[in-house]
Amino acid sequence: MSGPLIATSFLQSESFIYVLYIIAFSLFIQGLRGLSGPTTAVRGNRIAAVGMAIAVIATLLIPGEGNWGLIVLGVALGVAVGVPAARRVKMTAMPQMVALFNGVGGGAVAIISWVEFRSHGSTYGSHAVEVGGELVNLGGPPTYVAIFSIFAAIVGSVSFWGSNIAFGKLQEILPGRPITLGRAQQFVNLALLALALAAGVDLVAGAHSELIFIGMLLVAALLGNAVVLPIGGADMPVVISLLNAFTGLSAAATGMALNNPALIVAGMIVGASGSILTNLMAKAMNRSIPSIVAGGFGGGGAVEGAAGAGAHDGTVRSTSAADAAIQLAYASRVVVVPGYGMAVAQAQHAVRELTKELEARGVEVSYAIHPVAGRMPGHMNVLLAEADVPYDQLREMDDANPEFQRTDVSLVIGANDVTNPAAKNTPSSPIYGMPILEVADSRSVIVIKRSMNPGFAGIENELYFDPKTSMLFGDAKSAVSEITAELAAL
Amino acid sequence: MILASVLTTNLAILVLAGFIGFVVISKVPNTLHTPLMSGTNAIHGIVLLGGLLLLGLPELGAFSKALLVIAVVFGTINVVGGFLVTDRMLDMFKSRPKPKQDEDGAPADGKAGSDGKAGT
Repeated sequence: MSGPLIATSFLQSESFIYVLYIIAFSLFIQGLRGLSGPTTAVRGNRIAAVGMAIAVIATLLIPGEGNWGLIVLGVALGVAVGVPAARRVKMTAMPQMVALFNGVGGGAVAIISWVEFRSHGSTYGSHAVEVGGELVNLGGPPTYVAIFSIFAAIVGSVSFWGSNIAFGKLQEILPGRPITLGRAQQFVNLALLALALAAGVDLVAGAHSELIFIGMLLVAALLGNAVVLPIGGADMPVVISLLNAFTGLSAAATGMALNNPALIVAGMIVGASGSILTNLMAKAMNRSIPSIVAGGFGGGGAVEGAAGAGAHDGTVRSTSAADAAIQLAYASRVVVVPGYGMAVAQAQHAVRELTKELEARGVEVSYAIHPVAGRMPGHMNVLLAEADVPYDQLREMDDANPEFQRTDVSLVIGANDVTNPAAKNTPSSPIYGMPILEVADSRSVIVIKRSMNPGFAGIENELYFDPKTSMLFGDAKSAVSEITAELAAL
Repeated sequence: MILASVLTTNLAILVLAGFIGFVVISKVPNTLHTPLMSGTNAIHGIVLLGGLLLLGLPELGAFSKALLVIAVVFGTINVVGGFLVTDRMLDMFKSRPKPKQDEDGAPADGKAGSDGKAGT
């Protein structure tokens, strides 16, 4: 035996490759731990990327690995598409990008399951033979391989198509409003799910028909469409989180089928992450996950003017940019409450200019951010970070709320429902119970808003009728710029 | 003594990974939820390994090979794009700059990728 040969066989030994996988998933976990704070997060992400590189190298070391040309081709194409996309995407478009990346992940899972099915041929699923009075599977994988791989195929396909629809809605290729079949929707969804499951069970039981497999993928694809199309644009944070969890779980299932520990751990962690975020988002919107998945808002409890409407005999006080500038200039503490309206108007840079001007005058400024501000979890923070707002000025809802009482001016920009006191005070309100930013506690409030149109939930906001609230009507970006200009002229 | 099969060992890994995931992810603050999502997104691109593994199988038909190349392309987009975009985002999260530096405007670090905005 010559030296190199032994070295090669060691590098390609099962134990060595397994150890590499263990190192890889340890790095994933360590990397995600880094995401617990902005200072360690950059390193954390890079640690996870190193883990991924190790996992890929380990896989390429496996004896019998082949088709190198195709591997190089696939990776090169992937890099050629992925790198420019990641470099160029605008921060406001981040939700779409994440949806797209999530979709291709799900698509890869579905395809891998399909090839697995093809490669096992008639040994796929249950093919027990009686040997000496015992049922055993001869010459093929155990039945559980088919179960996990079918699960991965269905969930992966749903995730692929669901993510693409979510991408289309966010990118405004598709209308953001819910597209539903009305009352039939839930029935159709359930029927599709049942059909996909039936095909899956048939395949696991040993139906060696590729036609059934393709049919199953197609039904799952329809299901992905049918689930996401009826969901409105404002529910997107929940949908994206949910699809993220789906792809993670399907990757874990692929790992179970392929007996690959790195895939199992990585997939499961993503599944956990997606589930946590989905839950957080649903809670912050005061809605249950089933009700969101079941379809468009307003389908169930059409929002009545309810008790609120009558109470709003009060008048709305409107203000001018000059008055707002004076009000802000003489405050000692200002809290900015940004909402999706700010992101739509691309006003984050203008807002940053305004707060710089205020800081220069010695005003203490912070930002209070509701968990569902933006179109995906944490989106608003990214937009503000892009505009060079230091992250230590960004306050999460629970930290921000106690501080409103000692705030002179709350500046609400493009946020509506998340500031509505009805969520606390009016039990008959549809948003009653939803956690809000308690802006009404501050000494005065300036709301920048296009018009008096009610927000997404279609509910009037009591805040606007509060005597200490003044409204500045107009486009968020130009209104904020005007205030900044007035401030500079003071 | 209980002999663990491949299936049960992997199930144990699956369950433990789920618990670890919940503990680790619960510690991520709301501020970083978008990078968290795109980062975990990159991590599930690990399905790329599945495509690579299956390409090592003997006797793959041309159609299977074509499918696997697509899977590898998808997986690579997911991994590379995901990590890059997360890196870009995280780079933007900066703490409050020291007042002195703000006045001087002297860019000590050219690397941070800031837009070089003219200060006040």
